[in-house]
Amino acid sequence: MLVSYKWLKDYIELDDLTPHEVAEKLTRSGVEVDIVHVMNKGLKNIVVGKVLACEKHPEADKLNLCQVDIGEEETVQIVCGAANVGADQYVVVAKVGARLPGGMKIKRAKLRGQVSEGMICSLQELGFEGKVVAKEFAEGIFNFPTEVTPGSDALALLGLDDAVLELDLTANRADCLSLVGTAYEVAAILGRDVKLPEVNLSEASEKGSDYVSVNVEANEDNPYYGATMIKDVTIAPSPLWLQTRLMASGIRPINNVVDITNYVLLEYGQPLHAFDYDRFGSKEVLVRLANNGEKMVTLDDVERTLSDEYLVITNGSEPVALAGVMGGADSEVQDDTKNILLEAAYFKGSTVRKASRDLGLRSDASARFEKGVDPNRVKKAGERAAAMIAELAGGQVLSGVVAYDELDRSEKKINISLDKINGLLGTDIDTDTVMSIFSKLKFEATVAGNNFTISVPTRRQDIVIAADIIEEVARLYGYDNIPTTLPNTATTPGGLTVVQAKKRKLKRFLENSGLHEAITYSLTTAEKEAFFTESVSHRVKVALPMSEDRSTLRTTLIPHLLEVLSHNKNRSMPNVRVYEMGSVFHTDEESASKQPDEKTLLSGALMGVWHEHSWQAEKKVVDFFVAKGIVEGIFAELNVQGELRFVQGEPKGFHPGRTAIVELDGFQVGIVGQLHPVVAKEWSLPETYVFEIDLRYVLSEPSKEVRYDTIPRYPAMERDIALVVDEKVKSEDVERQIVALGSPLLKNVELFDLYQGEHLEEGKKSLAFSLRYQDPEKTLTEDEVTTVHEKVLEGLKEKLGATLRS
Amino acid sequence: MLDRLQELKDEALNKVKEATNLKDLKELRIAYLGKKGPIQEVMKGMGKLSKEERPKVGQVANDVREAVTALIEEKEQKLEEEALSAKLKEESVDVTLPGRPISKGSRHPLTTVVETIEDVFIGMGFTVAEGPEVETDYYNFESLNLPKHHPARDMQDTFFITNDLLLRTQTSPVQTRTMEKHEGKGPVKIICPGKVYRRDEDDATHSHQFMQIEGLVIDENIRMSDLKGIFEQFVKRYFGEGREIRLRPSYFPFTEPSAELDVSCAICGGEGCRTCKQTGWIEVLGSGMVHPNVLRMSGFDPEKYTGFAFGMGVERFAMLKYGVDDIRHFYTNDTRFLSQFKRV
Repeated sequence: MLVSYKWLKDYIELDDLTPHEVAEKLTRSGVEVDIVHVMNKGLKNIVVGKVLACEKHPEADKLNLCQVDIGEEETVQIVCGAANVGADQYVVVAKVGARLPGGMKIKRAKLRGQVSEGMICSLQELGFEGKVVAKEFAEGIFNFPTEVTPGSDALALLGLDDAVLELDLTANRADCLSLVGTAYEVAAILGRDVKLPEVNLSEASEKGSDYVSVNVEANEDNPYYGATMIKDVTIAPSPLWLQTRLMASGIRPINNVVDITNYVLLEYGQPLHAFDYDRFGSKEVLVRLANNGEKMVTLDDVERTLSDEYLVITNGSEPVALAGVMGGADSEVQDDTKNILLEAAYFKGSTVRKASRDLGLRSDASARFEKGVDPNRVKKAGERAAAMIAELAGGQVLSGVVAYDELDRSEKKINISLDKINGLLGTDIDTDTVMSIFSKLKFEATVAGNNFTISVPTRRQDIVIAADIIEEVARLYGYDNIPTTLPNTATTPGGLTVVQAKKRKLKRFLENSGLHEAITYSLTTAEKEAFFTESVSHRVKVALPMSEDRSTLRTTLIPHLLEVLSHNKNRSMPNVRVYEMGSVFHTDEESASKQPDEKTLLSGALMGVWHEHSWQAEKKVVDFFVAKGIVEGIFAELNVQGELRFVQGEPKGFHPGRTAIVELDGFQVGIVGQLHPVVAKEWSLPETYVFEIDLRYVLSEPSKEVRYDTIPRYPAMERDIALVVDEKVKSEDVERQIVALGSPLLKNVELFDLYQGEHLEEGKKSLAFSLRYQDPEKTLTEDEVTTVHEKVLEGLKEKLGATLRS
Repeated sequence: MLDRLQELKDEALNKVKEATNLKDLKELRIAYLGKKGPIQEVMKGMGKLSKEERPKVGQVANDVREAVTALIEEKEQKLEEEALSAKLKEESVDVTLPGRPISKGSRHPLTTVVETIEDVFIGMGFTVAEGPEVETDYYNFESLNLPKHHPARDMQDTFFITNDLLLRTQTSPVQTRTMEKHEGKGPVKIICPGKVYRRDEDDATHSHQFMQIEGLVIDENIRMSDLKGIFEQFVKRYFGEGREIRLRPSYFPFTEPSAELDVSCAICGGEGCRTCKQTGWIEVLGSGMVHPNVLRMSGFDPEKYTGFAFGMGVERFAMLKYGVDDIRHFYTNDTRFLSQFKRV
């Protein structure tokens, strides 16, 4: 909402305050002023000029030589490029030495050999937005509609000696979508009176009801419809003061009748519509719900297809307006319009909103109806507009508003106690202060003891319950005056849940392991995920995505992390490892109709060098075992009770030989492996390793309790063995055998070398383990260890064909 | 004999003094103090001396031995020290060469903000509640006093999945879900961080996905002054001592009265600058007293219970704290961006 400060002063005394002061007060009490536009900022030396003569520039087709009287002794010659410049026009002249918005300075110049002393201005050059400039001046310079004295201040005539407050209104404060409403708000803050406009309507003896009848079928959506007949109007441009007020408010002047309806809309917040009576098509106004598929052409010349949820004004058969949203093209007021049917009606907000939203048609009218207009201002607004049309367009207002009227205009009564107010705010306000606040708000209120009864004016549709009254009291009392306390509640133990704490622990572990945490978008495309899953159906899809790239909720984090690697690689960062902990979404339906299954995954992606290359340290490239080490670390960090296993697997999108399914107690909980080179190529990535773990399962698994074990009092004995086995034999199987054969004296087994190649038979590999034997009760002797060790070796030979490497 | 001893003493001391290494010293020790050494030799001849002379010569011989021994030891220690420092000198490194890097990753700045704020509130007795990102219309809107067709729904452009399912536009639905679990009994003190989604074009200040933290306190006799008090604590702990707060009236459908919280600008200290748009204040969150309809719908008696709620944008906090100028950086995950937060 744009509020002209000068216009606002019609309704409230503000001479002692600056626009900026009023803006600050409004902001601090709940109506935020975004910006104060000082209209003449940067403008100087701009006057009215009269074009005495205008002829073509001898050297340039598109330029004109104008002799202009600017109220000085001598006329000046100005070269003007506007096509619409002509003799006898009163124009805006930026004199030599003038300043225009953006710091432009006008200098004496020569254009193609001709002297030019100044510039004839368009309204855009003075800072008006193109969309508010009347169509006739949109492509050229501005002409004053009447004679004005050359040399006089053009800025004042154009209403630029003003400041416009741009209100950033919250959805509840529709009452401030008007000058009068804003005046009430300012009056409440300052404790001043509001002067309402006087309406002097003289009606002709002829009756409106002889020309039109009004019927409303959809009375719930339209409890009031008033039609006023105005005969014999002359359509012309509005007087300049009216045009400039509209422009300051962001509305383009069109003609006097339409401008007046807009003026009253801004003044009262009540949208009105003027129909050309002779083009209306009948003598009957019938308001009804549209028929499904019914069509009409709106004022903007677009054909609209209607539904039975929209309200329309019809002439008995055809729709002539989409109620509260926009009029129809057929009955639009035009230059030759003589008779006007003026509509002032109350349309239900949700009905208007429905049509406006569905059709994507937002208008100044719909914005106000949607939020609820003041039922007590509908008629007044109609009268105000009729009187102005009579005054400014020369019409005759016929007697009697032809109306359908079932409108509830009663004021809401709210009861509230002083204790309730102070109890909710934590304040100690007294009765008199509260009553004075109601009086400032112009709310009628009575007090009995500590109980108030408030009658809420209908302009304040946002005030419905006691809490709303408390807010009014609070904001006018001043939020700054509310004390600062701490809740008197019982002490509550704060903290993280076990799962939340585990998530944090994992994040710390991964950070300290050298991974960057990434956060990516949840919306993606099914195509990207198709590299990893068999089916792309059963996805959760957004109904109206903003782009195909962000149309579906993800079911895996991997493609997102690959995107991150790819982004970094393309910017010359080839060594990147990232992880993300985030939600994915699965539905078991073809298209989701109930809340999908949401679970948290922990995924990582690594490429390039693992150990940073340094002057001393050896370079180590990321490989399967780096990725596996991280995954093992994750489970070690959580100290899960279950048995963790890595089983060779060939999931889609992964290297078939370098990928493991991560199992916890035999259930798949994750994957770790190399990205399939074909998939890596899709993201232009080099050898890349990824992992993905389903945290829902893993985090719900209880952690092992940490219990103290007696520190062994007797020494351990280490034995290293290098075994030669068939290359197909898994290291895990060898290790398991060793453990089984060596217990209970065998306390630990660790692989420390893998060898394949020279000196070994084809198809064989050598695995070297370090075995630690220990007896908690005594010092082991060589013999005891040798006995067990021999047993281990024999067992390995028998079960796995393992021989000692010579 | 005494002369001989004196002679030997002078000779030995000179040789020791001249010795340049431990090996020579060792040889000198054997040569002079050994069983076959000259001093011993002299002592052997003591038998021929008179009873009176014997102790006298013995004394002198001992003195000579001690003097030579002391000097050798002194010299030995000195040579050892020299040898060690020579060795250490040889071992010296260029300390300006870089250390072996300990490779560390980074915490995403949004995570840092969330965890820091969580911890401040945990310290005040809050727990952390979470909820689904795909919500029903009821939890995201209706239960928060936003019935269908309510104009305030325009404040948030929504990604709908079906008529009834949507990507949550705010973390507020977690409020309702938590209140329902409490079955009408206070106190409730929660903080709810999470991702939210709005149908906005991504640009420097808008993101279709962002993070919010919602807070809710419900109990008997909770007052708006308590909300101010909690905010004061929070602002001082998060933004630092010396920051002022102010509340400005505002509107949210689920709170009444509603307020925006402004914090005095850290850049200019309240004087007015570009960051605070010359106002001296920075808007940091929206809040208010829980609307009676919201309490009622979630099973709390608004006659008995009151409460306050607040919601803040995590990206906004991160942008203010670290001076990040484009919200898209948080989701691009450029490691040149992420690495900067290693030390946060």
